[in-house]
Amino acid sequence: MPAIEPHDPAPSRLKYRLERMWMTPVYRSLIRTGLPVTVVVLLVGNYLQKPEVQTRLASSVTQARAMIESRPEFALKLMRIQGASPVVAEQIREAVPLVFPLSSLRVDLNVLKERIEQVDAVKTAALFMRTGILDVQIDERIPKLVWRVNGNLQLVDDEGIRAGMIANRAVRTDLPLIVGEGAADYAAEALKLINALGPLVARFRGLQRIGERRWDVVLDRQQKIQLPTDNPVAALERVIALQNARDLLERDVLVVDVRDGHRPIIRLTASAMTELRRLRQIADEEDKKL
Amino acid sequence: MTHLYETQKAMRARRRVALQKGVVAILDVGTSKIACMILQFDSSVQNDAQEAMTAVANHGAFRVIGVATTRSRGVRYGEVSTMEETERAIRTAVQAAQKMANTRVDYVIACLAGAEPRSYGVAGSVHLENGSVMDYDIGRVLASCDVPDYGLGREAVHAMPVNFALDHRSGLSDPRGQIGNRLSVDMHLLTISTSAIENLLRCIKRCDLELAGFASSAYVSGISALVEDEQELGGACIDLGAGATGVSVFLKKHMIFADSVRMGGDLVTSDIAQGLQVATSVAERIKTFYGGVIATGMDDRDMIEIGGDTGDYDRDRRRISRSELIGVMRPRVEEILEEVRKCLDAAGFDHLPGQRIVLTGGGSQIPGIEGLASRILGQQVRLGKPLRIQGLPQAATGPAFASSVGLVLYAAHPQDECWDFNLPLEGQGRQPLKRAMRWFKDNW
Repeated sequence: MPAIEPHDPAPSRLKYRLERMWMTPVYRSLIRTGLPVTVVVLLVGNYLQKPEVQTRLASSVTQARAMIESRPEFALKLMRIQGASPVVAEQIREAVPLVFPLSSLRVDLNVLKERIEQVDAVKTAALFMRTGILDVQIDERIPKLVWRVNGNLQLVDDEGIRAGMIANRAVRTDLPLIVGEGAADYAAEALKLINALGPLVARFRGLQRIGERRWDVVLDRQQKIQLPTDNPVAALERVIALQNARDLLERDVLVVDVRDGHRPIIRLTASAMTELRRLRQIADEEDKKL
Repeated sequence: MTHLYETQKAMRARRRVALQKGVVAILDVGTSKIACMILQFDSSVQNDAQEAMTAVANHGAFRVIGVATTRSRGVRYGEVSTMEETERAIRTAVQAAQKMANTRVDYVIACLAGAEPRSYGVAGSVHLENGSVMDYDIGRVLASCDVPDYGLGREAVHAMPVNFALDHRSGLSDPRGQIGNRLSVDMHLLTISTSAIENLLRCIKRCDLELAGFASSAYVSGISALVEDEQELGGACIDLGAGATGVSVFLKKHMIFADSVRMGGDLVTSDIAQGLQVATSVAERIKTFYGGVIATGMDDRDMIEIGGDTGDYDRDRRRISRSELIGVMRPRVEEILEEVRKCLDAAGFDHLPGQRIVLTGGGSQIPGIEGLASRILGQQVRLGKPLRIQGLPQAATGPAFASSVGLVLYAAHPQDECWDFNLPLEGQGRQPLKRAMRWFKDNW
């Protein structure tokens, strides 16, 4: 019987070392999880680096997006504007040129709201999406004053904010006129003054802001009431009391200056002045005779 | 003594590291088999190290999680004879045990059966400076032992303080804190041949393992096979191995003597192979199946087929009676036991209070050996199996595993040795400079 080389059960030194390495927890976890993860990440990264793959991926994403957006459930068919006059509604439609039907996913209500509120005549806008309808609730600005500045005529509401433009004064004769730089910022004060006019309303022509700090009330016959910076309404009321008592403004007076709180100062017209001097002379002569 | 002290200290340090890692392997390099067991320690159940006299951490809670045995190769008389072969066998055992435990081990505690152990009883005494025994006095008295000149090429593997005596009181195990003037100690020193341990160390190194402890096989078999009474009152453990027969004598739970006879079961096998003209493998087989040492009339009629592995089946149909086999085995076993008897006589075993003899190891499985041994060695002979330890498979509980199991116990719970105490070394101040010089000399 030939001697058979007995099988050596001993592991080779390499195998022994590898097995020991495999039993080390660090290597074990590295090989069992770290290696496959690295390989997968590398493969996927390599695949994604190709430009045609990237474009295909991008196009498929946009396609899917478009498909969802174009579903009838998301379609908007019209914009309904409520609480606005037809002119303002037209202005709003011009400001947000939406082409219907439109996917509601493409509509950014915040941006739309901002744009609608940039329209002069709109104070606040509230936007809602109903099924198929974009609902716009408008709170309109109510013009209270006409402000002439830099040769333009602007409509201003009670907060002094622009509420529109007009071509000429004749369009809105119902609103009082204010002029002067920065006049609109004091629209509230101007409105109070106009409310306090009382009997002078019929003769009232406008309010003029002087030096961006105080008001002049301009009446017809080129009469002016110069009001102080502080508390102009009270000063105006004093002038009206004078008017009621003495018919001050019916006389030949050019300017009533109440800027000094203690006493009003009156400037007469030139003819009134000569007449006054003449009368005083006559009076003086009569005094001498006596 | 200093060099030895440091190498053993380094081994202790490695053992501590291994225990912190929680996993340590034991490696029993025998002549017929190499056994590797992997122990797992539960670090939460570590006993308080200061409880004992020294800083050796003891471990009660451990579990065997991997066991592998492989046929030993390249080992003769319990010593490494062919390094390459031994290395392969160690690799096989370690790898299989690692696979079973599913963990890797870096530290091993090893034992060798042969390597000519020699026992020395050493004594030392010291005068106590302040009237009571302090911690450092233990180290001082151990350092004061006059170590015999055990010659070049030998290495001390065990140096255990067996007995402390304070003035006239002897038999103290822990004299710390006691009052007296003179402290003396009896120490048992066991040396083995340096070349044997270095060869084993190299094999272990080549398997990428580190040696965290070393024990004599005779000693660890005694730990596992002797019961507590026998260790306390005096008992001898005869580990009948394949290549070498270990003898260890215990008294007061300390080993006081160890020796090994360079004869074992392999010699019986080769006697059978030569006497009956069969191959060694056949001889081994019939020894384990039909072997015995006391023949009866029944054995004359008990015929054994010993058909040799010659390929000639037609003619080679030899049969022998069992009494013939016993006739071959008995003289050799008797010879081994006679040698053991000589060792025991040299150790003064007759003077011990208890004279229990425990036969263990693979050779103790021969039927009737306890009867033969009681005729040669003494009346109180019994067969010993190793202690039960947790996690040990049934296959590894036989007497052949006495030294493996003992090594497990030794790894978990070593006895205090001389190097576990802080010895006051002379010229400690110059030590670093000397060490640096030695390092330079060694490296250039």
